Amino acid sequence: MDFGLSQDQRLLDESLRKFLTSEVPLDSVRKLAAGESSDASVWQGLASMGLAGVLIPEAYGGAQLGMLDAVAIAEALGYAACPGPFMSTAVMASYYLEQAGATDPLAAMAAGTYRVGIAFSDAIGTRKGHIVEVDSALSGQSLFALDAEADAYLIGLGDGRVFMIEASEVVRTPLTTVDVTRSVCELTLNDTPACLVSSDPELLKQTLYRGRAIQAADTLGAAQYMLDEAVAYALERKQFNRVIGSFQAVKHMCAEMASQLEPCRAFVWYAGHAFDEAADEAALTACHAKAHLAEVGQFVAKTSTEVHGGMGFTDLVGLHYWFKRIGFNRQLLGSPEAVRQEAAVLDELRRP
Amino acid sequence: MDLSYGSEYDLFREEVRSFIREFKDKQPKADDGIKSQAMRDWQSLLVQHGYHSRTIPEAYGGFGAEPDIIKSRIIAEEFGAQRVHRGFNGQGVTMLTPVLLEMGTEEQKKTFIEPTIRAEMIWCQGYSEPGAGSDLASLTTKAELDGDDWVVNGQKIWTSTAHHADWIFCLVRTEPEAPKHLGISFLLFRMDTPGIEIRPLVDMTGDANFNEVFFTDVRVPKTQIVGERGQGWQVANAILGHERGSLATPDAALNRLNGVKRLMREESINGAPIMDNPIFRDRLMKLEGRALAMQYNDMRLLSAKINKNQDVRLAAMIVKLAGTELRHEIECLGIDVMGEIGLSYGDNPHLRGHGSWQYQYMFYLGLIIGGGTSQIQKNIISERGLDMPKEPKIPLKVAQAAPDGASREA
Ligand SMILES: Cc1cc2nc3c(=O)[nH]c(=O)nc-3n(C[C@H](O)[C@H](O)[C@H](O)COP(=O)(O)OP(=O)(O)OC[C@H]3O[C@@H](n4cnc5c(N)ncnc54)[C@H](O)[C@@H]3O)c2cc1C
Repeated sequence: MDFGLSQDQRLLDESLRKFLTSEVPLDSVRKLAAGESSDASVWQGLASMGLAGVLIPEAYGGAQLGMLDAVAIAEALGYAACPGPFMSTAVMASYYLEQAGATDPLAAMAAGTYRVGIAFSDAIGTRKGHIVEVDSALSGQSLFALDAEADAYLIGLGDGRVFMIEASEVVRTPLTTVDVTRSVCELTLNDTPACLVSSDPELLKQTLYRGRAIQAADTLGAAQYMLDEAVAYALERKQFNRVIGSFQAVKHMCAEMASQLEPCRAFVWYAGHAFDEAADEAALTACHAKAHLAEVGQFVAKTSTEVHGGMGFTDLVGLHYWFKRIGFNRQLLGSPEAVRQEAAVLDELRRP
Repeated sequence: MDLSYGSEYDLFREEVRSFIREFKDKQPKADDGIKSQAMRDWQSLLVQHGYHSRTIPEAYGGFGAEPDIIKSRIIAEEFGAQRVHRGFNGQGVTMLTPVLLEMGTEEQKKTFIEPTIRAEMIWCQGYSEPGAGSDLASLTTKAELDGDDWVVNGQKIWTSTAHHADWIFCLVRTEPEAPKHLGISFLLFRMDTPGIEIRPLVDMTGDANFNEVFFTDVRVPKTQIVGERGQGWQVANAILGHERGSLATPDAALNRLNGVKRLMREESINGAPIMDNPIFRDRLMKLEGRALAMQYNDMRLLSAKINKNQDVRLAAMIVKLAGTELRHEIECLGIDVMGEIGLSYGDNPHLRGHGSWQYQYMFYLGLIIGGGTSQIQKNIISERGLDMPKEPKIPLKVAQAAPDGASREA
């Protein structure tokens, strides 16, 4: 028995974090925010480390690793507030296409040269103007598709069917969200022919759960960054002739963050592991992890900002990029309340 | 990540299950006290089969198994799943025994461990004093050597189970001239020694679970000291480590959550089970998420005991704080889902679960305070876990000036 990351997973984590420290400094996030760069070069770098094909079988040039590897990667990406479509193309779309037997794009996806986006908002909850299908042609709008630079999209419908469509076939409008490190768009379809990939609603759900586990991990990483920054700042900043980290109120804020966040590491690992080895627990654990990290992440994001005082509120230290990333994760693929409702159903506490 | 227990453990699990099948009926009932024969018999049965005091050497009355966290885990899982009594786990078992194993003399181990784990010798912990709670090292109960005896004078407070206890493990000041942490010794003595007076203190649950204990010229044989003179603080800290981990286990939290689920299915208001109420369901799921985080954290801690390949100091440090606060909130939800029924207590005929919800809700507030308060836990986490500065020491004169100043104002 060994509850933790393997030697290989640790090595991957180490080299990934090294890459992120040198290639994705805060300045690059700022450039992205200012529209002065895209995430393309970062994504190529990550792809060259094998991240784009983390779940894709070796036969298609992927790394053929598991969800535990994927959550460990997501944690590191969250820590760096790294831009790029890891969750959408490397986890959700890769998994979906492979399971559905639509393997054609996998090789290019693993190489990082072809990105498949995820447009699942109708599957999370349909709204006015949602996508409808008539004779294999789609009409309507899909909101919050990830990412805005994808080459194709998987479009999930409320009934669980998923269609694939090339980006060139749709009208794509970038959407500004609170988080500039992820690119999001709105897809508008007008009687657009699309290709049905699978009509298995369970496959869509399984894909969604994987996305949720990744978001939990991303939030864990981002929140850990905010806690580390809070402690470091508290040991540096002086008021009343003392470092503020010697004030008990500040120490207790940091201790409270650590106390809530530290158990999340084991939780997120287990959520990843469950997909690989304990399939019957995976869905419930992923929902719980996503909702729980949404709450803990929100607490850490607020508290870390407070520890920084006015500086935390400014653009100067850039802490807000992580604050917003955590806020983005909280809503995407289901708010904590919605996800807990699903968890209750999975827990067989109340039939839908 | 490898969570498989391995097929060699299947046999062991079967063993535990068949034990439970065979002996389940012999477990003590809710109203069998800690000194009842039923409790002692059950305890002996557990020790004999290795389901209690499993790794304590046979020479000291234990089962003498090699430490095997997977087997311990299986025992916990099976006993938990069937809700079977885990045996008596008083302060003597959870706190004193580990310390004797680590720091006791051979003679002390031989004398004390066996009757302790068999629940034949009940202990209480005499640490806190009226003037020494969080600041335990400022304790003033003193012991002076007179011939072959220590002579103990002073007062302890909040001493749980002192009224049942046969013995006490007690912190006393033996070197009044030494700095406060270096002047303390760790004594063991009988509670029926002349000069001990016990006065029960009623706590908020209505029970008198703890006591004031007064010592007047209590004579304790010189040999009944653990560690050297003046080493009592190290000895005590070794025990506090053991205490904190055991106060809030995730298994128990998840069991109680299942209890809340049962309540929510069984109770209904206006014809609809509480489980159909989305607000309560949301609170339930929120707590389940927290409890799961603690459970996997616990698995990580267990695993780190076999494979020393990760640093889990922080993960261990947060358990008392997060675990007791979580448990308090779980009990609170149990009360809330019942609505007005939730206010029942004592002999109220409408009680659910023998009144355990209100009782545990209060009891866990006691555990948030006892064994190092939540605030003290946060001091520890920030100072030792996050390397933040220690509290600045205020010179005694300045510290004492404040209340005077205040009284002059008044
Ligand atoms: C149910 C229960 C069972 C107990 N059983 C035993 C027992 O068997 N044996 C035994 O010896 N003791 C026992 N205790 C005593 C327990 O260990 C003490 O109550 C506890 O350590 C707190 O001490 P105190 O009560 O003196 O509170 P105080 O130390 O006076 O604390 C009062 C408040 O001040 C805060 N505070 C104090 N110092 C600091 C600081 N440095 N920084 C921030 N905040 C601070 C505390 O957090 C608390 O909120 C028990 C207590 C309870 C509640």
